[in-house]
Amino acid sequence: MAALLEIEKLVVNATGGADYPAPVIQGVSLQLEAGEVLALIGESGSGKTTLALSALGYAKPGLEFRAGEVRLNGDDILAMAPDEKRSLRGQRVAYLAQSAAAAFNPALRIGAQVTEASVLHGQLSQAEADRRAADLYRALGLPDPDHLGRRYPHQVSGGQLQRLMAAMALCTRPDLLVLDEPTTALDVTTQIEVLKAFKDVIRQEGAAALYVTHDLSVVAQIADRIAVLYAGEIKEYGSVDEILHRPKHRYTRQLIDAVRPPPDTALGPLEAKDAEQDVPALEVTNLTAGYGRKQASGQLLKVLRDVHIRVERGHTLGVIGESGCGKSTLARVISGLLPAMQGEVRLKDEPLEPSLRQRERRQLQEIQFVFQMADNALNPHQRVDQLLGRPLEFYFGLSGDAKKQRIAELLHMVELPPEFSGRYPEELSGGQKQRINLARALAASPEILLCDEVISALDTIIGASIIRLLKRLRQQTGVAFVFISHDLSAVASFADDIAVLYAGQVVEQGPARRVLAPPYHPYTRLLIASVPELDSSWLERTLALRETRASIDQAVEITDRGCPFYRRCPVAIAGTCDRETPPSHTLDQGYTIVCHRSEAELRRGSFS
Amino acid sequence: MSPPVDSPSDISHSQDGSRERPIRRLRFSTAGKTGIAVILFWSAMVLVGPWIAPYHEAEFLDEALFIVPGLDDPYPATDFQPPGAVAWLGTDYLGRDTLSRLLYGARTTIGISLIATLLAYLIGITLGIAAAAGGRVLDSSLSRLNDAVLSMPTIMLGLVVISAYGSSLPVLIALTSVIYASSVFRIARAFGLDIMVSDFVDAARVRGEGLGWIIRHEVLPGMILPMASDFGLRFVYIILFLSGLSFLGLGVQPPQSDWGGMVRENLAGLPYGAIAPLVPALAIATLTVAINLVVDDISAHHGGKLAGEII
Repeated sequence: MAALLEIEKLVVNATGGADYPAPVIQGVSLQLEAGEVLALIGESGSGKTTLALSALGYAKPGLEFRAGEVRLNGDDILAMAPDEKRSLRGQRVAYLAQSAAAAFNPALRIGAQVTEASVLHGQLSQAEADRRAADLYRALGLPDPDHLGRRYPHQVSGGQLQRLMAAMALCTRPDLLVLDEPTTALDVTTQIEVLKAFKDVIRQEGAAALYVTHDLSVVAQIADRIAVLYAGEIKEYGSVDEILHRPKHRYTRQLIDAVRPPPDTALGPLEAKDAEQDVPALEVTNLTAGYGRKQASGQLLKVLRDVHIRVERGHTLGVIGESGCGKSTLARVISGLLPAMQGEVRLKDEPLEPSLRQRERRQLQEIQFVFQMADNALNPHQRVDQLLGRPLEFYFGLSGDAKKQRIAELLHMVELPPEFSGRYPEELSGGQKQRINLARALAASPEILLCDEVISALDTIIGASIIRLLKRLRQQTGVAFVFISHDLSAVASFADDIAVLYAGQVVEQGPARRVLAPPYHPYTRLLIASVPELDSSWLERTLALRETRASIDQAVEITDRGCPFYRRCPVAIAGTCDRETPPSHTLDQGYTIVCHRSEAELRRGSFS
Repeated sequence: MSPPVDSPSDISHSQDGSRERPIRRLRFSTAGKTGIAVILFWSAMVLVGPWIAPYHEAEFLDEALFIVPGLDDPYPATDFQPPGAVAWLGTDYLGRDTLSRLLYGARTTIGISLIATLLAYLIGITLGIAAAAGGRVLDSSLSRLNDAVLSMPTIMLGLVVISAYGSSLPVLIALTSVIYASSVFRIARAFGLDIMVSDFVDAARVRGEGLGWIIRHEVLPGMILPMASDFGLRFVYIILFLSGLSFLGLGVQPPQSDWGGMVRENLAGLPYGAIAPLVPALAIATLTVAINLVVDDISAHHGGKLAGEII
């Protein structure tokens, strides 16, 4: 039997060719059998999305098919007329985009959007389509499958919406599913449930899938075979087992190395600290902060409650938690962008005013904020030398040659050539922008860098290179970091101390070594268990754990009473955890867990 | 091309960035170039018009000029004369030279419109940024005040104001700029609000920059290009609005000429096939179409790739 999808010697070029010497896809051939999942893996710009979209006969604006063939069940897709392509898309090939939030129309009910394609193409009547959708909701493990279609997109969680997008794609029973980074934007805990649902439903429906991602450990869970792409060419092609365990090409090995090892093995030796003698670079005590107008109860929405953290000079505090836990709010309060309601921020033992307007310029200079999205943090109308020059003028009054020289030094520090000073942000790649973003913060020669999810928007290899850079900068400049991330392995590879934040409260805090080893707070354990491993049996193993089972499909909820983690906790004590504020156990110098369970109980709790 | 192994891979992409900046370089299409040529022509007329005009705008042409040799008519009509050697574009309803009035009128029409547009932008952008950056109370009061102005039909408002203060150039300019500032305000406020919440403004605030610096360096540069494409459009509206007022007899007062007024005063010539009302109408049309051609190019350029493909 011929393969379901055959791509033969495909060449995709930028339109207007001459300016771009290298094609985006240079003569790629591959085959996909029915029921098979093929992962296309590579870093940003490797052409993996372009290749996947060719299965829909679609080239992004600015690109064109130059040569080669794409056949689905023997039909040449590229040669099809526009209306044939239209009936192909959505019926025989379905596409699942990265952001479900962008794929759903917020004004229409979910059911109408999921069934639209099959009704529109005349495959099913509305009633049949509704039944089919309900079956898919059930297969995808979504709650209340019979009534889910009546809801609007904002009424379900992000992970659920991602699964609903799969239902939308599968409703027409396509032969081929194209998934473009469908879990990249999700928290690790959410990623598990989505991966599980995708895996089950693809198997159940017998559809073939092209799975585009840069994350090898995700691929390991879901794919049968892997094609490694670099610069528009397939560098290596084989079964998951072959690629992960016997990689032949050096680029594949580089990709595997960039996958951060599981947290507990990544730690360096525990440094001896003389914390008591030294004044910490930053100390936050009793901090409570929140947003906006009063809630119905007459209370302000508190996003942070009674937070204490301490960052030693030249050390890194990793702050970790899922989205909505208050991580970014913590950084905004420390920087003064959001004045705290209560509590104190001390910089080298000197109390700071809550609002940045009242802070002195010297204090502002000591704390620098590195924003998450370099795209939005660099003004597109300023050149790199203007971006980096302003803090130099502002804090140190540099101008002329002194300023120019310092800018060159800063570029050198972030490993960029001095010619970059004349460029605009749009002329830089994502990783380069993030380096400029860092360089601007370093221009102030700060004591503390607040790094808010600085690698989350980057792919693994570039993220790894930014972490290496941060480590080098820490050594060179002795700057202390507050490193905020939802990626536990990134935090583990960089932080000296870790604070685990849940629903605005620190539930566990201490040296990285202690936090990432038993005894764990149940939430820390959930986070650790959710980091995918380069092992195809990881997903099943993890789902068998009661931690993950208990927490699936639960969003972070801010509560006034009891332990915030109560509803997701596998070891919660009914009647206690939901009513009483949990006590803080100090297990060691500077190491605390906030839980009703005793240290011995927490230590006993194992992963199975 | 082999994958890099030692160098961090985001650096290896630096070649990609070295191509020329696509966004900042503005290239005009043929239509856009035609538009520029027409605008340049009229700008030149604004500057030199009164000097190259064969007669003064208020000058009545002498009957003697129209005596045709051989025809026994010592007192020929001077009004609505067809184009000829004496008056290249014919004469108007009072026997004045249409070409001269057109050249003088260019200065009045374009001059008043330009001043009014600039003033509208100054007022609109200043208040728009003030509303975006000045906090909720200021924003609400400015926005409600603006809604009040917007809620009145422009011609009606013009009629009321002119009947109260009389028609003079300062009144016309002030009236037009206030009316059109309200729509500029809305756009400026929307852009301002958008930019004020971006991370780079937060980054400037964390650095300790004052509001003035943030507005000048972070907010304004991001607004200028999109507002510039709006400027041309707004300028056209103002020309049409002022011409409309003149047409109603409320605009520029005789004997001073302006294009809108010229259309109105010569309407009676239409039944006789006189070109006197058509010439100023054509002038208004060429100028507004030319401005729109240039604006289209700028906005396609500003809208970036997508708009470029659509156009």
